[in-house]
Amino acid sequence: MAKKIKLNDKNTEFYEKIVELSGEQVALCDQCGTCSGGCPFVEEMDITPSQIMRLVMLGQKSVMDSKTMWICASCFTCTVRCPRELDVSKVSEALRQTKLRTAIDEISIEDISKEEAKKLPTIAVVGNFRKFTG
Amino acid sequence: MKTGIFLCECGGNISNTIDLENVKKHLEKNDENVVVKINSHMCSGAGQKMLIEEAKKHGLEKIVVSACSPHFHEKTFQGAMKKADLNPYVLEIANLREHCSWIHKDIPDVATEKAKDIVGAAKAKAELDFDLEEKKMKLGDEVLVIGGGIAGIQTSLDLADSGKKVTLVEKLPTLGGNMAILTKTFPTEDCSACIISPKMAAVLDHPGITLYTNSEIEDIAGHRLHFEAKVIIHPRYIKDTIDMDQCLICNKCKEVCPVSQPNFWEQGIMNREAIYIPAPHAIPYKYLIDSESCLHFVDGSCNKCEEVCPQQVIDFDQKEERINIAVDSIVVATGYDIFDATRKPVFGYEKYENVVTALEMERIVDHIVEAEPPRKVGKRVAFVQCVGSRDKQVGNEYCSRVCCMYSIKLASLLKQSKPETDIYIFYTDIRAFGKGYEEYYKRAQNMGIKFIRGKPSHFTEDKETKQVMVTVEDTLSRDIIETEFDLVVLANGMELSKSSDIIADSLKLAKSDDGFFKEAHPKYKPVDTLVEGVFLAGTAQGPKDIPDTVTQASAAAARVIATLAQGEVPLDPILAFVHTDICDGCEKCLEACPPKAISMNNDGKAEINEALCLGCGSCIASCPLEAIDLNYFTNDQLYAEVEASLKLKKDNEKRIVVFADNNTTYRLIDACGVRKMKYTNYARVFRIPSGSRITPNLIQFAFKKGADAVFIGDSPAKSSRFEWANNVTKDNIGIVQNKFKELKIDSSRLIFSQFTAGDLMKFINEINQLAEKIDALKPISEDTKDQLFPTKE
Repeated sequence: MAKKIKLNDKNTEFYEKIVELSGEQVALCDQCGTCSGGCPFVEEMDITPSQIMRLVMLGQKSVMDSKTMWICASCFTCTVRCPRELDVSKVSEALRQTKLRTAIDEISIEDISKEEAKKLPTIAVVGNFRKFTG
Repeated sequence: MKTGIFLCECGGNISNTIDLENVKKHLEKNDENVVVKINSHMCSGAGQKMLIEEAKKHGLEKIVVSACSPHFHEKTFQGAMKKADLNPYVLEIANLREHCSWIHKDIPDVATEKAKDIVGAAKAKAELDFDLEEKKMKLGDEVLVIGGGIAGIQTSLDLADSGKKVTLVEKLPTLGGNMAILTKTFPTEDCSACIISPKMAAVLDHPGITLYTNSEIEDIAGHRLHFEAKVIIHPRYIKDTIDMDQCLICNKCKEVCPVSQPNFWEQGIMNREAIYIPAPHAIPYKYLIDSESCLHFVDGSCNKCEEVCPQQVIDFDQKEERINIAVDSIVVATGYDIFDATRKPVFGYEKYENVVTALEMERIVDHIVEAEPPRKVGKRVAFVQCVGSRDKQVGNEYCSRVCCMYSIKLASLLKQSKPETDIYIFYTDIRAFGKGYEEYYKRAQNMGIKFIRGKPSHFTEDKETKQVMVTVEDTLSRDIIETEFDLVVLANGMELSKSSDIIADSLKLAKSDDGFFKEAHPKYKPVDTLVEGVFLAGTAQGPKDIPDTVTQASAAAARVIATLAQGEVPLDPILAFVHTDICDGCEKCLEACPPKAISMNNDGKAEINEALCLGCGSCIASCPLEAIDLNYFTNDQLYAEVEASLKLKKDNEKRIVVFADNNTTYRLIDACGVRKMKYTNYARVFRIPSGSRITPNLIQFAFKKGADAVFIGDSPAKSSRFEWANNVTKDNIGIVQNKFKELKIDSSRLIFSQFTAGDLMKFINEINQLAEKIDALKPISEDTKDQLFPTKE
C-alpha cells in the first residue's frame, strides 16, 4: 500500500540535522544506486543505502527504524565509489548517532540473568550500554 | 605647461564626504600652473562641455578628471579630450569615488586628505603624459582552422565559400575526426560516413582551402587578429608530387606488408598493415607508412613494399617539413577524446575482454550484418551510462550530452539487425533533449530495449565463459540485479582532446572548470574567446552532438567573417618602447618577452614589434639601464605618481602603496567601493597593466619615499591575458626581498596576491591585515631608507 507523506518543516529539520551531523549534503545524491550495487551487505539490509539517502532527503524519520544503518559495516565501498563524492557511511553514522541520542531503552541490563551475563563477552555488554539502553 | 584639474562632486557621492573646496585650495596653493574647477557631474554633457571650454580658454595641455573609476568614464572623457583637440592619452582619472569617498564615509577629514594624495598623484602622472598615436591594423582574409573533424570542415567550407583563404590543419592522416568513425547518427539513423564524406571531399576540392593532414601545430605566436603558426607536416613516406596520381593505389604494397597493427579508424576491432590508407572514405585517399610499426624503421629488416611498388613512390628518407603560416583569425576546432575508461578500473575496461568503449561499439555495430563480423556481440548486451561523465571522482562533473542518445542509437541498430539480442541500458537519467530525441527514445523502448535506472557498481568476469557479471541496484524497484552479460558497452563521456593543449598554451586560451575551452561569454559570445580573433567551434568548447557542432561551426565562421569585415582595427597604443639613446644592446629583454615582440635591429638596439606587444610591461624590469619602457606607464610616471601620493604623509601616519592590475584587482577594488565596503585608509591604489610592470626599483622607491608597505595584486595566471606575468612579478619581488633581508626590513611589508573577480572579502582581509601588521612594526629608519633605490652615489 502506498504511503502518503507530507513535506513540512519537521521533515526539513530532520534532514538538516542529518546534514549537519554527517557533514554531507545529502540533497546532492542523484540516486544512481552505485552505493547499493557495490554494498557487500546489501542483501542483509531491509532497505538499500541509496534508499536511506532518499528517505533522509525527504526528511522521513522512519528511516531510523530500518536495520540498514546497523548492518552497515562502515567498509566505505559506497563512499569510495560515489560519483558525487558523498560519504554515505557518514550519513549512516549520523543516523546511528541520532537514533542513539533518542535514549530509549531497548533492553534492560538488569533483566539479564547472572548466568547469562557470565557467558556474554564483556565488550558486547558494554557495547549494549551505548546501543540498546537510554 | 598648464594642467586642468576637474573635481567632480558626483551629485554628492564624492562631495558629501570629501571637502572638494579644500582640495581645490590645496591644489591652487601649491602650483600656479593649474586650473581647478568643481562640477556636479563631470560625465554629463555640461561637465564635458566645461572641460572642453576650459581647455581651449586656458590652453590646457594635460587634464586630470577627479571622479569615479576610469572603468566607468575613461572612454567618455577621452572623447571629450578629442573634442578639445587634445590627445586622449594626456588624460588621467583620479578615482575619488570608488577608492575614497565611498569607503571612508565615516572619516571625512581623512578622506579629504587622501583625496589630495590621489589627485596629486594623478596630476604628477598627467604632467609626464605624452601624446600617443592610435595606429590601425589592417585585416586580411587568411584564416587558420585547427582540426579537421565535422566542426573544422563546416567552418572551413563556410569561410572559403565567403571568399576567405582557409588553411585547415588536421593531426590525423585523414579528415573526418570522430564523426567518420561513427556508424549511423541519431535520431535519423542515416549513415555517418554518407553525411561527412561529401563534405570531406568538398574541402579537398575547394580552391579556397589549403589542407594539411598528418600535420600538427607546433606553436602559435601573436595575440590579436594577427597570428603566426608553425606547422609540422609529418612524412607519409610516399612521394607526393602535384600529380598525386603517381601512386596508383594498386595496393601491391599493402599485400606484401608483413605488419599487422590495430586500425584506429576501426577502433582496433580490425587490423591494418604498416603501409595503409586510414579508412575507406579517407580524404586525402592516400597511402602512408606508420613509422612506429614498419619493420624498415623498427629494425631495417624489411623493404618489401619498396621492391614491389611499380611506380617507385616509396621514400623511406622523407623528412618532416615545417611551414609558417600568417593568419588574421583562427578557429579552434580541436574536438574531443572519449574518456579513457581505464581511469575507472571498476568498469573492467582492458581487464575484461567483453567490456568495450562506445566508439568500439560503433565499429562493431557497423560490421554486425556481415556474414563473418570481426566481433560478435552475443545474446545479452548491457550499456553503462555516465562513464567518465557526471563523476566527481574523475573530475568530470558535467554531462557529456550525447551518451544517452548514442547508446539508444547503438542499441536500436543492434536490435534491428539482431532482434534476438537482449539489450539493457543502465542509466541514471536519460537526457533526450534534442529535436526528435525523445521520440527516438520511446521508439527504442517500444522495440523491447529495457532501461534500468541504476549505475552498475560492480563488474566481474567469468574466467571460463568470459561473460561479465554486472551488479547494480534498480533504483526504481530497489532490488539488486546481478546478471551475466556477453558484452558490456561503456558509454564514455567526452573530454577536451589532449592535442588541444599545445593550442591552449600557445594562444593563452582559458579553459572552463570542465576542462574545455572557455568562451568569451556563455550567453552572448558563445563562440568567441578572450583572445580577439580566436573562435571556437564544436566540442572543443564543450560536449555537443553533431547538429549543435555544425551550428556552432557555422556561427564561428560567421564571427570570423564579421570580424575581418571591419577591414582595420585600432591598436592599443599602450605598448612598450625603447629609449634607443640608452639601450646598449645587451639583449636581456628578449628573454623577458614571452610573446616574442622584442628583437634586435640592425643598429644593435632592441626593437618592439607593435603587432605582437601586449603591453604587460614584463620586459621593463629586465633592463638594467631602464632603456625599455611602457607608454602611459613609464618609469618616470610611476616614480612621479608614487612620490606625489606620499608627499603629504605625516610622521605618525602610515601608507600602503597598492599596485592593482587593471583587469582584475583594480576592478575588484572598485567593486569594494561600489558596495561601500570599508577598508584601511592607508591604501593608495595605482592602476597598472600587470603586476610584472612593477620593477624592484619602483618597489624600493616607494619605501624610500615613505610607504610602510607595498601590496601588488594581479589576476591568477589561468585567467590573465599575461600568463607569464606572475612569475615575473615573483622574481621581481624576490630581488627586493633579498635586499630587505640584507637591510633587516620585515619581509611582510611586501605582499603579492592573486585575485579573481569575486575576491572582494579576500582583498579587504589581506589589506586590513597588512595595515595591522605595519601598525605593529617600527617605522623603517632613515638610515635604512638611504640604502634603498635610488641610492646616492
